[in-house]
Amino acid sequence: MTTLTETPRRGVLLRILPPGLYAGRASKLVERSILAYSRMWLVFASGVLEPLLYLVAFQIGFGRLVGDATGPDGQPMSYVAFVAPALLASSAMNGAVFDSTFNVFFKFRYAKTYDAMLATPIGPLDIAIGEISWAVLRGGLYSVAFFAVMAAMGLVTSPWALLLIPVALLIALAFAAIGMACATFLRSTSQFDYIQLAVVPMFLFSTTFYPLSVYPGPLQVVVQCSPLYHGIQLMREFAVGALHPGMIGHVAYLVALAILGIWGAARRLSGLLLR
Amino acid sequence: MSVSSTGRVVPAWQGAWLRVEGYWAWYRRYWKSNVYSTGLQPLLFLLAMGLGFGSQVQAGPATGGLSYVHYIAPALLVSAAMQNAVGESTYPVLSGFKWQKDYLAVTATPVSPGQVLGGHLIWVTLRLLLSGAVYALIAVPFGAWLNAGAALVVVVGAVTGLACAAPVTALAATTYDEGVRFNAVFRFVVMPMTLFAGTFFPIEQIPVALRWLAWISPLWHGNELARGVTLGGLEPLPALGHLAFLAALFTVGAVLARRYFYRRLVV
Repeated sequence: MTTLTETPRRGVLLRILPPGLYAGRASKLVERSILAYSRMWLVFASGVLEPLLYLVAFQIGFGRLVGDATGPDGQPMSYVAFVAPALLASSAMNGAVFDSTFNVFFKFRYAKTYDAMLATPIGPLDIAIGEISWAVLRGGLYSVAFFAVMAAMGLVTSPWALLLIPVALLIALAFAAIGMACATFLRSTSQFDYIQLAVVPMFLFSTTFYPLSVYPGPLQVVVQCSPLYHGIQLMREFAVGALHPGMIGHVAYLVALAILGIWGAARRLSGLLLR
Repeated sequence: MSVSSTGRVVPAWQGAWLRVEGYWAWYRRYWKSNVYSTGLQPLLFLLAMGLGFGSQVQAGPATGGLSYVHYIAPALLVSAAMQNAVGESTYPVLSGFKWQKDYLAVTATPVSPGQVLGGHLIWVTLRLLLSGAVYALIAVPFGAWLNAGAALVVVVGAVTGLACAAPVTALAATTYDEGVRFNAVFRFVVMPMTLFAGTFFPIEQIPVALRWLAWISPLWHGNELARGVTLGGLEPLPALGHLAFLAALFTVGAVLARRYFYRRLVV
């Protein structure tokens, strides 16, 4: 008979959570995703391409239809420079939502990947954290590519613009977490339309393509409730280096969303999978 | 409608129409799940791009002297029709062969593979006419149309969609895996076509060296026709050219699709 001489000291998360919910192996899920996607590089390449096509379309097309836009610091800026940070925020959102809803739904309902994982020493919170981390990593890869093209097109003017990448990661985290929590409520593929119904209006109306002042008063308030609006504002302000205290509010909104999402996803997964 | 088992072959159109009846029976029950992707999405784009972004656009030579809403309303209908047609001809067709296997079930009856293909194309056309009409009607209160030519835009949308549906159906009929190539079609063909084929800005803004990409895209021909029938300024000869291009694309696609349907369904 063996005796356990010494248990390694565990992290605070392991000590406060109910046993079985978290096993400290979230990184194994990321490893699995990297392995699974290593043969699907085309999916990655096309994900990088899409926002770039948008950027080119705005450079040669939309940008020539309108004059200069007004930047967050009140200075006039080219329309492409106005739209580029918003496109970066939207693509971080789109990528994260896509990964955390469609793919999670497929693994959850059809492939039964998570049932198989739970038969091993992995808990529901490991799954939630692991899958969300993967969605964020993927979103981060896209945003680095996008940022590089922005820089090459001469759209990066302030050293603060380097913070666009961490902001993109924060947006990806918030939407991946909420998306995964929502994905656990879906029952059939036809309900994916509901996700589109939330994401597309947010993409179109969160001041991505034109300033907030276009909307009449009451609608401005509605737009300001959208989480993507706060992400876009944060991006625009960092892109030109117009810092102000209100940015803490934007960050707080996104962080709160992320915490709510992770908590909700882990709760739903443990309820559905550990019956 | 019932077909008695007399060993007779079903007349060509009747077989295709039986398929349409089958689709309709499904659609009557599940139409709600399609309301968003077929009806609502183009309207959201009209609001965001036509009214929102359009408020920043000065009417000028690029928009033919028109306000931006009037400029893009017809093109948005055609581009939505193209997207719907491609969507309806990818996974649903593959599913008929591979997952639901209803194509196999139907061709075990006197209905022929060609009639299965015909039924699919007729059904896609009807869906495009329906969703185009819904969009056109709801766009009226937003002041998107200048005249009754909007009704003709619905027809142009269906024609353009059909021209795209035929070759994509042929592609789906030769797909045996899980349809990974459809993602490539959406990302590398449909999406760039939506952005660069003259829907949102005139293709004269594209560098000459790359403009031929817009010329060979069916969406550009559809957009030109759609703008022509409602905003005016369409000469007969270019109009015939656009129609001929769309007809040629449809014919090539349909002939190939028919061949692949027979190859896959006749054992």
